[in-house]
Amino acid sequence: MQPLPSKLLEDAVNEMSSLPGIGKKTALRLVLHLLKRDTAAIDQFSGAFVKLKRDIRNCNICHNLCDEETCTICSDRNRDRSLLCVVEDVRDVMALENTGQYRGIYHVLGGIISPLEGTGPSDLNIESLLLRVQTGEPKEVIMALSATMEGDTTNFYLFRKLKDFNIKLSTLARGVSVGDELEYADEVTLGRSILNRTPFENNLNR
Amino acid sequence: MELKSLSLVNFRSHRDAAYNFTEDVAVFTGPNGAGKTNVLDAIHYLSFCKGFLNPTDSQNIHLGEPFFLIEGKFKLNEKNEQISCGLKRGQTKIFKRNSKEYAKLSEHIGLFPLVLIAPTDIVLISGGSEERRKFTDTVISQFDRNYLEHLIRYNKIVQQRNAFLRQGQNDRSMLEVLNMQLCRYAPEIYEARKSFLNRIAPLFSKYYQILSSHNEEVSLVYDSGLNEYPMEDLLERSVERDRVMQYTTEGIHKDDLEIRVNGFPLRRYASQGQQKSILIALKLAQFDVMAELKGIKPLLLLDDIFEKLDQDRITALMTLVSQQHFGQIFITDSHPERVTDILGSIDCPYDRFSIELLQQTSQD
Ligand SMILES: [Zn+2]
Repeated sequence: MQPLPSKLLEDAVNEMSSLPGIGKKTALRLVLHLLKRDTAAIDQFSGAFVKLKRDIRNCNICHNLCDEETCTICSDRNRDRSLLCVVEDVRDVMALENTGQYRGIYHVLGGIISPLEGTGPSDLNIESLLLRVQTGEPKEVIMALSATMEGDTTNFYLFRKLKDFNIKLSTLARGVSVGDELEYADEVTLGRSILNRTPFENNLNR
Repeated sequence: MELKSLSLVNFRSHRDAAYNFTEDVAVFTGPNGAGKTNVLDAIHYLSFCKGFLNPTDSQNIHLGEPFFLIEGKFKLNEKNEQISCGLKRGQTKIFKRNSKEYAKLSEHIGLFPLVLIAPTDIVLISGGSEERRKFTDTVISQFDRNYLEHLIRYNKIVQQRNAFLRQGQNDRSMLEVLNMQLCRYAPEIYEARKSFLNRIAPLFSKYYQILSSHNEEVSLVYDSGLNEYPMEDLLERSVERDRVMQYTTEGIHKDDLEIRVNGFPLRRYASQGQQKSILIALKLAQFDVMAELKGIKPLLLLDDIFEKLDQDRITALMTLVSQQHFGQIFITDSHPERVTDILGSIDCPYDRFSIELLQQTSQD
């Protein structure tokens, strides 16, 4: 790209292109577009990110993102508290909520076990999951992790930690092929696979 | 399977070349650097979608030209088949069967099988165990698609486990989970390798006997920790060592295909002639296994393999491979008369192509 005529412009473009999937050209187009807006609109725009980072919280029960101490799902008295669905991140909560088929509550791990990428069990919200299960409230834990090798590793790890509790352990019935990330599964398939979930023990016999 | 003709445009040293094959044996002679081996490399492309000389496709385009094109006309199961591979600079290669482009190259690999014996293959005999594992894995994956899938998963978990060991955490549950995943895939890989070994070992011994003038017996032995203990036990027994070494010391990723001479492991300082005879016997045994499992005789490519072999061994080899059993073979030799004299003496008809040095810069 041609050198930019202004250092200020260059800084803004560099910040914009630090986002995933945004190249220098697109960044320039977006920045010039923002520049056309009036000052109040820009303050509102940038302020939204500052506030987001400063004020957003993780639900103190399930680690979903929320504005209050407890997320809207955990606060909803109509949800079935005996059903606990374990997912990798917030996007998976949204994907499962979109199916409209699930009435239980969630637990967001905040990642997936992969020693190669430096993520071990202690980096994830596993301790708090065990505490939740210990209360005796959940009767079934559904492990809804992606069907990758790392997803498998995490499933087996959770199975080891949870198998001695008096609960049912299940996984999604797979309509999605191995390697597909949960987030990309379509709503119908995903909805069906959480309704037709299977006992996790089935996975142990290969 | 038969290759009836081959044409090359701007492929390595060949600007424009065409060959028709009428006999089962084709011999390419000419001085080193003239481009004999490049013809075999082109045939390799048609089978494996890549060459064996240079892994970078674009470097196989003749210097200063915008593209290369390789076309081959085959006869497979009584049907005419046309395979082509073209590459324009800066684009991805286009691979077609009967003018229809493949969506994935992996769909093609294995359909037109080929066995190549080249000078660099000697590492299979003289090199470390990883060379022989790679050989075993490549051959098995050509007829067992699940095998490769399981192997990739197993290797991924070994990497995860090694990373975990390096981090030095004392998390028993985590280690057990990784062990459990290794144990899921190891037995199937082990069984596939064992059954491959059982097939190839007697053929290997047989071919060595034919090729060798000495009264020595060679054998192939599958050396694997799983011969003695199940994977679970291997991992359990080695847990302390793994922690100290910070990697996974036991498992099918440590397997070897051990070559023995008169019952003893082949010495590193075995003569080059002996190593070469062993290599050729192993590759011919591979040919038989593939022909049997695929029901198609692979093309057999012998690239410049006669150095360090005495006249008797070369004659024995030519007499062997010119039999109907081996189908169609392609040979390169830098010596102008050596192979053709031998073929003449055993009454074997052949096509001969003399490849001369071009004035242009050669890429051989
Ligand atoms: Zn919550």
